[in-house]
Amino acid sequence: MNNVLLDIKNLKTSFRIKDDYYAAVDNVSLTVRKNEVLAIVGESGSGKSAFAFSIMGLHTRAKIEGEINYKGNNLVEANANQLKKLRGSEMGMIFQDALSALNPLMVVGAQIDEAIFLHNPKSSKSMRKKQVISLLNMVGIPRPEKTYFQYPHELSGGMRQRIVIAMAISNQPEILIADEPTTALDVTIQSQILDLIKELKEKIHAGIVLITHDLGVVAEMADRVAVMYAGQIVEIADVYTLMENPQHPYTRSLLNSIPTLSEVKADLHVIQGVVPSLQNLPRTGCRFASRIPWIEESAHETSPELHEISPGHFVRCTCYKDFYFPEQAKEERNYVAN
Amino acid sequence: MSLIEVENLKVHFPIRGGVFQTVKDHVRAVDGVSFSIEQGQTYGLVGESGSGKTTTGRAIIGLNDITSGKVLFEGKDLASVSKKEYIDVRKDIQMIFQDPFSSLNPKKRVVDIVAEPLRNYEKLSGKEERIRVQELMELVGLSPEAIYKYPHEFSGGQRQRIGIARAIALNPKLIIADEPVSALDVSVQAQVLNFMRKIQKELNLTYLFISHDLGIIRHMCDHIGIMYKGRYVEHGTSEEIFTNPQHIYTKRLIAAIPDSDPKNRELHYEKRKLVKSEYDKLEKDFFDEEGLPFSLKSISATHQVALPERG
Repeated sequence: MNNVLLDIKNLKTSFRIKDDYYAAVDNVSLTVRKNEVLAIVGESGSGKSAFAFSIMGLHTRAKIEGEINYKGNNLVEANANQLKKLRGSEMGMIFQDALSALNPLMVVGAQIDEAIFLHNPKSSKSMRKKQVISLLNMVGIPRPEKTYFQYPHELSGGMRQRIVIAMAISNQPEILIADEPTTALDVTIQSQILDLIKELKEKIHAGIVLITHDLGVVAEMADRVAVMYAGQIVEIADVYTLMENPQHPYTRSLLNSIPTLSEVKADLHVIQGVVPSLQNLPRTGCRFASRIPWIEESAHETSPELHEISPGHFVRCTCYKDFYFPEQAKEERNYVAN
Repeated sequence: MSLIEVENLKVHFPIRGGVFQTVKDHVRAVDGVSFSIEQGQTYGLVGESGSGKTTTGRAIIGLNDITSGKVLFEGKDLASVSKKEYIDVRKDIQMIFQDPFSSLNPKKRVVDIVAEPLRNYEKLSGKEERIRVQELMELVGLSPEAIYKYPHEFSGGQRQRIGIARAIALNPKLIIADEPVSALDVSVQAQVLNFMRKIQKELNLTYLFISHDLGIIRHMCDHIGIMYKGRYVEHGTSEEIFTNPQHIYTKRLIAAIPDSDPKNRELHYEKRKLVKSEYDKLEKDFFDEEGLPFSLKSISATHQVALPERG
């Protein structure tokens, strides 16, 4: 396929704890295509942010193995200078916390100006100013000429996030990585920012990697979804398939545990146990097995692989075939008894 | 009689300035809020950051001073009772905090954290106290042997349950839960929410549930109040608010929640645009010159909306 922007193969990001390396991202293979939103969903500790940071080359002390192929180069082997050139120009990043992503001592206009200048040192000052104003317009800032000279603390949370987005898209990136871009924001502001990212996708045709824990955001935004658990991708599919026909026990449990507006459930589903810490991860076998102890051990694979169960829909481990919720089992048993 | 009745509650914070730090103006964090909660029910207080929902909760429990208005708890006005009486009442109102990582003292063992309210109010011997704490731990689904551990040895959900154990130690009547699950992962969230509903039934608790997440509010609450800039914009039963919102702000808030069905996303996007344009068009009619909502008017026995004077 020609529209593949990023081709990630067997990416493994490990951190050193005491004298051993532990993989926060374990053998992740993914493609990011042009003009699509790829959502990466997972809870804290699932490795989704570590994955994003690996793509951007922002880890300083991690051991990264595997391939990140971008335009014929493997970014894992790229040196600091090459990465620096890519970051902010061809690859943009939107961070979760806009206040800490901005320099508090510089007016926001100058910060966006700087982002452009670093990658086009020969551009003239007046040209850049014009460009910044048009960027501010593009991200929906009402009075760009005034906002240009404002400091981050003078702006509201939503406005700051818009500035961060303006900066990320200032050099027409081909890949935009958004790490929980709306988690720190109120719902009304969140919907505005999400709509903005959607509109920008149409304009700049970038491949967007959206990292989030919010399945509602995924349903609104994503074209394809990868669900991560304990450093591995456990399920990957297009958004319609994933939301309607989720297969992996983790995806199903997760979808069952959120309260929705459409139906009021008596009780929410609870995933038993806790996410194992990096050091306690089982090195073989299904990593989710300990969270679903009522499923027989024989249902799991010894070294779980991603299985393609329909075109483009991959599920890790065979346990999905035998999975059921314990509440359901109880109901069925009652039914039989009656 | 309602368990708690809040009447025209105002909490203003002074803004000081100048050479002598004189009071220049006030921030009207809570500006005339009234509601009541029946025993055994859950009341949801919703709003965006800065709307005054947390301040309202904190004022009821006495963590913020009340500027004016009444808080009637079982008929006693908390704003004017004597200190001595207040200490008694305070036993019946407890709070669950948002962040389970900062609301538990890291230097104290769980037994000391959970027993703190007991030590303040009940004179128990060491043994009685230990037994009581172990009962509480069992009640919140934690191992009774874990009482000598420190908070850092527990996960986020477990910590929040320790916070709940502390809150229910004195058999309170009202629990103020300020965003009790927003710092938790979705799967842990479900666990804490289920658990809160379970103990509500068992102990006949009343909750004042403060949250910005409308999905959770819908799941938990019987009645809902929507706050904006320290005032109410709408108040009603959960059903009324979610199926028949009347105020443009409520409509906008509900339209902003992401739809969990990706097939509806285009529809939802269009609807949101529509609601937004309606909001922009009618903003002047629904808010006064200062941008504040009007006072509430009843449109049914349980449903009140801050509609403009002309109607």
